Amino acid sequence: MALSRDQLAQRVAREMKDGYYVNLGIGIPTLVANYVPAGMEVMLQSENGLLGMGPFPTEDEVDADMINAGKQTVTAATGASIFSSAESFAMIRGGHVDLTVLGAFEVDVQGNIASYMIPGKLIKGMGGAMDLVAGADNIIVTMTHASKHGESKLLNKCSLPLTGVGCIKKVVTDLAFMEIKDGKFWLIERAPGVSVEEIVAKTAGELMVPKDVPEMQF
Amino acid sequence: MSGFNKVVGSYEEAMAGLEDGMTIIAGGFGICGIPENLIKEIKKKGTKELTVVSNNCGIDGFGLGILLFDRQIKKMVSSYVGENKTFEEQLLAGELEVELTPQGTLAEKMRAGGAGIPAFYTATGYGTQVGEGKEVKEFNGRKYILEESITGDFAIVKAWKADTYGNLVFRHTAQNFNPMAATAGKITVVEVEEIVEPGELDPAHIHTPGIYVDRLILGTFEKRIEQRTVRQA
Repeated sequence: MALSRDQLAQRVAREMKDGYYVNLGIGIPTLVANYVPAGMEVMLQSENGLLGMGPFPTEDEVDADMINAGKQTVTAATGASIFSSAESFAMIRGGHVDLTVLGAFEVDVQGNIASYMIPGKLIKGMGGAMDLVAGADNIIVTMTHASKHGESKLLNKCSLPLTGVGCIKKVVTDLAFMEIKDGKFWLIERAPGVSVEEIVAKTAGELMVPKDVPEMQF
Repeated sequence: MSGFNKVVGSYEEAMAGLEDGMTIIAGGFGICGIPENLIKEIKKKGTKELTVVSNNCGIDGFGLGILLFDRQIKKMVSSYVGENKTFEEQLLAGELEVELTPQGTLAEKMRAGGAGIPAFYTATGYGTQVGEGKEVKEFNGRKYILEESITGDFAIVKAWKADTYGNLVFRHTAQNFNPMAATAGKITVVEVEEIVEPGELDPAHIHTPGIYVDRLILGTFEKRIEQRTVRQA
């Protein structure tokens, strides 16, 4: 079975370490916050200018001046700090954030990522994504392995406008956990009950498959 | 106005001198911490052909979005414009120009502009459409693109508190782009929720020193929320 959105988030959360400063993108990455392993402290960075993002406010706590990068009302966690967008991106671009998790439309074997624009269809903008992928060493992309129409999102060469080049080393999809190195995808783990054959069939880019591909445990 | 007193009495006075074709740098992220009344004044003035530098372009009917209806904006420099149907329509119809700029690059363009730095190198956008046509330079084995800084004829800013000298304090994440915007305008106009006497704000807790501020006005704010998310008490 392909992973649910929550299982995907749960698997990504295992890549966190105690004391990490983490930036989570919008969508599935946001769910990762729900699965911080017990006994571990992480601090969430929100690129509009908040380090130490807390849970959503209660109805009484809602404050229009207190939002996250997804423009949702949030609270500040204990020990949080708030600052300008320039300060926020100094953290990001200066490589001070330990882990970045974001979604994508496509990823390729060179570690290139396309995540912000489908020409002629969708005009939104890159927000902070280009800064995040250029500034971080440790980036995990989360996405579905294939589009709704069954087209692979793991390619030899991205077809959409790029968000960043040569910056992605880890991808967690609903079918598999893969690493990118030496111009290839490397299959590390598969989702429970998903066959290697299915993953191979749905991966358009060159994929290295070891003899033994363990199943993710939940 | 006398000495360092920056307080003006009306929004007309606050935006006096704004002309067609000028560049405005605006603080705010989404519709959080936006100078909502200064934007309304621009709508009232009917100034056209504006270039507006702001992370977002408001939403339909609020914030910078209200300037789109009368086609007052010629060009937007923004990182994300996904929440605005009018924007998307005008863009797809070729009636509006947009320069999509990565959020951190945008913040740094304003910061550098205000600090007298004409351009800077950044890895952000290298190898993407953002980097096309820009100078590339390698430092320590990594490639960077040259980004030019931004200054505006006007900067419009929303702060929480100010003293009459224009020393500013922002509230929570309504700070966002406001401190950089404040530095990057030839004329910087700030609207605030409260104005106090000099000496009442702790000098060490000022976010933006009054030297950057030209005009200050007391406003009342609607403060809409874009995504109201709550948890059960």
